[in-house]
Amino acid sequence: MAADLEIKKDVTILFAGDSGDGMQLTGGQFTDTAAFLGNDISTFPNFPAEIRAPQGTVAGVSGYQLNFGSVNLYTPGDYCDVLVVMNSAALKANIHNLKKGGVIIANKAGFDKKNLRLAKYKDDSNPLEDGSLDNYKVHEVDVTKITKETLTNSGLSSKIIDRCKNMFVLGFLYWMYNRKLDNTIKFIETKFKGKKDIIEANIAVLKAGHNYGDTAETFTTRYEVKPANIAPGTYRNIIGNEATAIGLIAAAKKSKLDLFYGTYPITPASDILHTLSKHKNFNVKTYQAEDEIAAVCAAIGASFAGGLGITASSGPGIALKGEAIGLGVIFELPLVVINVQRGGPSTGLPTKTEQSDLLQAFYGRNGEAPMPIVAANSPSDCFFAAYEACRIALEHMTPVFFLSDGYIANGSEPWKVINSDDLDDINVNFAGPRNEEDEAFLPYKRNEKLVRPWAIPGTKGLAHRIGGLEKENETGNVSYDADNHQLMTDIRQAKIDKIADYIPLQTIDSGEEAGDLLMLSWGSTYGVVKTAVKIALKEGKKVSHVHLRYINPLPKNLGEILKRFDKIIVPEMNNGQLVKIIRAEYLAPAEGFSKVKGLPFATEELTAKINDTLSTVNA
Amino acid sequence: MAVEVQNKKLTSKDYATDQDVKWCPGCGDYSILKQVQTVFAELGLERDETVFVSGIGCSSRFPYYMNTYGVHSIHGRAPGFAAGIKAINPDLNLWLISGDGDSLSIGGNHFIHLLRRNIHLNLLLFNNQIYGLTKGQYSPTSEKGKITKSTPFGSVDHPFNPAALALGADSTFFARSIDRDPKHMREVLLRAEQHKGTALVEIYQNCNIFNDGAFFTFSDKSTKSDNVLVVKQGEPLIFGKENEKGIVLDGFTPRIVNINETSADDLWIHDETDRVKASILSRFFDDNANDENALPRPFGIFYSETRSTYEQEMLAQLDKHIESKGEGNLDSLLKGNNTWDIKGK
Repeated sequence: MAADLEIKKDVTILFAGDSGDGMQLTGGQFTDTAAFLGNDISTFPNFPAEIRAPQGTVAGVSGYQLNFGSVNLYTPGDYCDVLVVMNSAALKANIHNLKKGGVIIANKAGFDKKNLRLAKYKDDSNPLEDGSLDNYKVHEVDVTKITKETLTNSGLSSKIIDRCKNMFVLGFLYWMYNRKLDNTIKFIETKFKGKKDIIEANIAVLKAGHNYGDTAETFTTRYEVKPANIAPGTYRNIIGNEATAIGLIAAAKKSKLDLFYGTYPITPASDILHTLSKHKNFNVKTYQAEDEIAAVCAAIGASFAGGLGITASSGPGIALKGEAIGLGVIFELPLVVINVQRGGPSTGLPTKTEQSDLLQAFYGRNGEAPMPIVAANSPSDCFFAAYEACRIALEHMTPVFFLSDGYIANGSEPWKVINSDDLDDINVNFAGPRNEEDEAFLPYKRNEKLVRPWAIPGTKGLAHRIGGLEKENETGNVSYDADNHQLMTDIRQAKIDKIADYIPLQTIDSGEEAGDLLMLSWGSTYGVVKTAVKIALKEGKKVSHVHLRYINPLPKNLGEILKRFDKIIVPEMNNGQLVKIIRAEYLAPAEGFSKVKGLPFATEELTAKINDTLSTVNA
Repeated sequence: MAVEVQNKKLTSKDYATDQDVKWCPGCGDYSILKQVQTVFAELGLERDETVFVSGIGCSSRFPYYMNTYGVHSIHGRAPGFAAGIKAINPDLNLWLISGDGDSLSIGGNHFIHLLRRNIHLNLLLFNNQIYGLTKGQYSPTSEKGKITKSTPFGSVDHPFNPAALALGADSTFFARSIDRDPKHMREVLLRAEQHKGTALVEIYQNCNIFNDGAFFTFSDKSTKSDNVLVVKQGEPLIFGKENEKGIVLDGFTPRIVNINETSADDLWIHDETDRVKASILSRFFDDNANDENALPRPFGIFYSETRSTYEQEMLAQLDKHIESKGEGNLDSLLKGNNTWDIKGK
């Protein structure tokens, strides 16, 4: 019996299993294949902090959610249409994410007595049998058993055979969504190059999964998701941290500087280091320091010597770097500080996402130490935001914060490949050599941007000293003079404020120039706010969306934009940090909308907030 | 007609800045500054090719007084800056100036990692066994029982032995000198400058305000000769008023002998390439100087070995990678390995 083919606009699948079950890889492969066929996609990997939490427990569940469609997508979806669970713990952890009436594909072997007990189901009651899933379409598949049978004669150990079972699931999902296996077969052949038996085993299981759809007559419908209306061009898939790394390399190339990346491993920032350390043929110098402080100090040292100094961490590491970043501010040297934010405070939720380090970026240093702040809004935007952070650091001789977060750092999306010629130039001028008869070099004499010269050691006649002590205007000599300290404090602030003249004016992302309600967002909430505003606009509501990339200094026209709306809502994955800045800066009646659960907003949460707010405006 | 350019030979004064030196009158730091400037003039080192980096503390004001490039950084972190500077420009002549608090307390972690990495630089550790800039608290090298503002009943901490710590961290060069013996300091600094890698020189430095006389045993005429052992490559370990005392090794245990009663062949001959002997030498530290059989305190170069530097290794790896893969192409990096084309509808 051939299954019917049903057309879907977009589908959300959540793959969930033990952290050793290969769910990230399975989701990643499905994503690549969907992108390859022209679907728009948005993904959300969600995994535990422990590398291999006890098998079968809820704590050890790793998930990969992906939303693919024939329409443009900006979020990985609030709820999933299909939930794939490799064991009972994965079901328990994720059932609340499944739409009513949604499909569950359950690996039968993961629901035996032992697994039920580990997942702490009451009295070992099996949800597949006790009627608790009556609102869903449940398909039990004995993935473990069929995988074993497929590979009976492979000669592989049972451990290796067991590790192939994610390929069965993937093959089956490919059948369900009418996808070809070519892309993944190519991937398997590359990944396991030189291991013929492993390649054959994985491909055999992948095919077995695909065939299962045809032969097991329980599946009556297959789905088709047509290509999305995406601008023509060449595309690649990109993960946020990878985009950040490439953005840094591009900035170094364009500014003709050596990239120095001083860092200490920390979740979720380490993948930037992993990516950069592979690209040493771009003269990328990665330095895994003994701690966070040494890492940032090395980056500042690199900048002093004429390199592009960059350091990265997440909140806890940024806290440690605070003193050195302040030194960078008084040194007035280029430095990019990347914070891939995660749940806090303290160690908090290392693998979960949050935007709660914004005020840390603003104020997390002793003394008056202003810094520009740039935030990325999506995985691919990490490229542009990182590039822009480097540009500002180099052209304005200042440390710059680049904020990303766990959600976009690990998430992926299709990215239209750009050409290096399309990138803005980055202008770097080192101070030139001097002879003895020339007038004395003044390391803190400024240009029209209030920027001091970058005088690198090894340049004749420019020997000078810089330090953390307050310095005399122009000469840079140590000064304890009261009026001079006021002057230097004012100049350092004015220099950062002046960057507003060199960044684009704020634009409205969607909606009209004026209206009842403005949704004002920053960072990784971009996609979900855009989606919610799109829904509201379709319903004829007078809602607009402004999304900030530059948070310090703010775009010069932002104050004017804010005045044109009756209400301003600032949704943030923190307890209201940008909203404080906006209220302080503009005395605008902005209201915060907070979520601090380590998870991104759901579209429906924002839609509800928009509707609530409008009901008070229109009342 | 060719113009003859004559390079003016710089004097030690040419390495001084126009800034007033603000250490307390009588501070041992003056002597160290003078010797560094002397060595620079003697070797004709380029001001524009030199960087002094320091942390925080009295000693760390040093860069302000050297007419070279200078970085007065934050407490204990000078080694971090050094790593970045050398990675970008390995040709710079780099000097780190630090104190016992800066290197052994707040910067202890960076100190040991710098030594194991062996970045090519000279690290001068001004050891005055006290916190000076914060006005007189005990330091990690203060002797146990030290009475200071923060330890009115005496400190209960066991102190660090900088030589043993450095050798334990696989330092490739360790030497000790003292502010009151400028001639010795000059010799040691010249050797440190020649060393490829991290050359660590511990300098006993008198803080005449908060810890006056901490090292007088090793500088005062009446006690010096019985308590100071100057080690020289290839020469026997001899000390004493009449050079009458020598050291022999009994297994791994050093013993003081009267050289007139011992065969010259039995005396310990100093070999700065011998890690085991250097390690034993580093333990000439534990005895109370007042004990009759106390081992003298060694000065000079304890240990020196040649090991590739961090920046050499880093750059070699870069070159190798470029050689095998070619100079990175930004456009192919932007494109990645797996692309697909979307055609217009």
